Amino acid sequence: MPDQPIVQFDNVSVQFDSLVALRDCSFTMRAGETRVILGAAGAGKTVLLKTTLGLYRPSAGRLLVFGEDVTRLPEKEWYDIRSKMGVLFQEGGLFDSLTIEENVSYPLINQRVARLDPHRDAAVIEERVRESLRFVELEHTLGKFPSELSGGMRRRVGIARAVVTSPPLELYDSPTAGLDPITANNIVSLIVKERDSRNTATMMVTHRYQDGQLMANFRYNPGKGRLEKASENGSGAPPIRTVFMVLNDGRVVFEGSQAELESSQDSYLKKFVRQE
Amino acid sequence: MLASKVWESGALLDFLKTPIQSLQDFVILGGRTFANLFRRPHYADDIAIQMDIIGVGSLPIVLLTGFFSGAVMGLQMSRALSTYGATGQVGNIVSITLVRELGPVLTALLVAGRNASGMASELGSMKVTEQIDAMRALGTDPVQKLVKPRLIATCFVLPLLTIIADFVGMFGGWVIAATILQLASTQYWSSAWRALSYSDIAQGLLKPFAFAIIISLVGCFYGMRTTGGTQGVGRSTTQAVVVASVWIFVTTFFITRIFVSI
Repeated sequence: MPDQPIVQFDNVSVQFDSLVALRDCSFTMRAGETRVILGAAGAGKTVLLKTTLGLYRPSAGRLLVFGEDVTRLPEKEWYDIRSKMGVLFQEGGLFDSLTIEENVSYPLINQRVARLDPHRDAAVIEERVRESLRFVELEHTLGKFPSELSGGMRRRVGIARAVVTSPPLELYDSPTAGLDPITANNIVSLIVKERDSRNTATMMVTHRYQDGQLMANFRYNPGKGRLEKASENGSGAPPIRTVFMVLNDGRVVFEGSQAELESSQDSYLKKFVRQE
Repeated sequence: MLASKVWESGALLDFLKTPIQSLQDFVILGGRTFANLFRRPHYADDIAIQMDIIGVGSLPIVLLTGFFSGAVMGLQMSRALSTYGATGQVGNIVSITLVRELGPVLTALLVAGRNASGMASELGSMKVTEQIDAMRALGTDPVQKLVKPRLIATCFVLPLLTIIADFVGMFGGWVIAATILQLASTQYWSSAWRALSYSDIAQGLLKPFAFAIIISLVGCFYGMRTTGGTQGVGRSTTQAVVVASVWIFVTTFFITRIFVSI
């Protein structure tokens, strides 16, 4: 349902021994929303994303995901929540001992929502894996291992794995880190395509402002099969709701629209905004 | 003055806290692994793969080491026993030493060097490349999927390797007894067989079982807590081998102490 909160941080802090990685973070992310999280290295972007995913526990505050209070949720019960999220890790997180086909089918076999039987449902699994790899234009890599692919291809496989179960929330951790500008744009285009094809909520951590711009201003046109500027898109689709959020030293120092971010005079925020 | 400054800075507290915290984390990992032992899924394929890696993979080195340790034991003992004119007791001493102590400890040290390091580096690499995070995110408990199969496989395979090492060691002793000491084979083997009591066999099998728990859990523990990229993987690997080896010696002391007092 649109406008329904799907991720809610209420004064959440995350601490590792003496290091406070997140301090009193509060924000609400709604269904269908795109949230671009910017910040310097070590600002807490990845910790925020992994806390949303339940990989780190809040040391203070309250965290609600899909309307459920998950602040003190035991690990076993997190698996159901996580199956509603797709994730692309910064390092890719592909299992290097498994083939691309096995990597992409992993959530279908192991996540509780899907939990398909690898023997009984082999045909269904193969079809969904192929469909997902076709989405990222890597259907020909089925039998290869991650080490045989380039960095950009591995990210695309990561996206295929994230979207194979069609979850309502997608989390991307620095999907363009370490990639050349052309490959980076291709990756963000795929993320936009996924978002607009299924109207998924998207949380993207990035250090590149251009990624956020692309997310905020472009839409995927399924008819033409390519991205278009949102203003030129005559499909009658609802406007993209993109929220920019900036972290500094574990705190949320900005939350607002692209225009608000670009008009800010704050010296820290200005570092992340590149006017074109 | 200096002591109070160190205390106030909290450095001393951190210094004392770190090993206790590590022990606590280790106990938690062990507890979770044992709690999951009979829970589904069991990942039989992974257990079989680990048995192959640990068991079949370690076999050549265990055979070589077992043979030569038995042979060396035979040579050394023959020298000592000849002083008393008792070289006929070589089989007796070789079998007792191997079954009670040398077989289990040497085999465990070899497997620790080969597999505790392997587990730490494999899981450590998975940790730093976020594969363990991905596993949790994609609906799999890493303890169930990674630690449990390694524990089960090591517990199954290490006692078998030890039995093989013991036998090959006795065979090495027999080669020395037959070729250098000119002892009759029947004399060697009957004294070797008669020397063993049920208690020797019990401790010879209990020890590898305890060592298997140490090797697998220590290897997995250091692997799963790896931080700091590839350098961290190297550090975890070294720590796993050192800690597993030290604990093997500590454990063998306590088990021997128990059996000596029975």
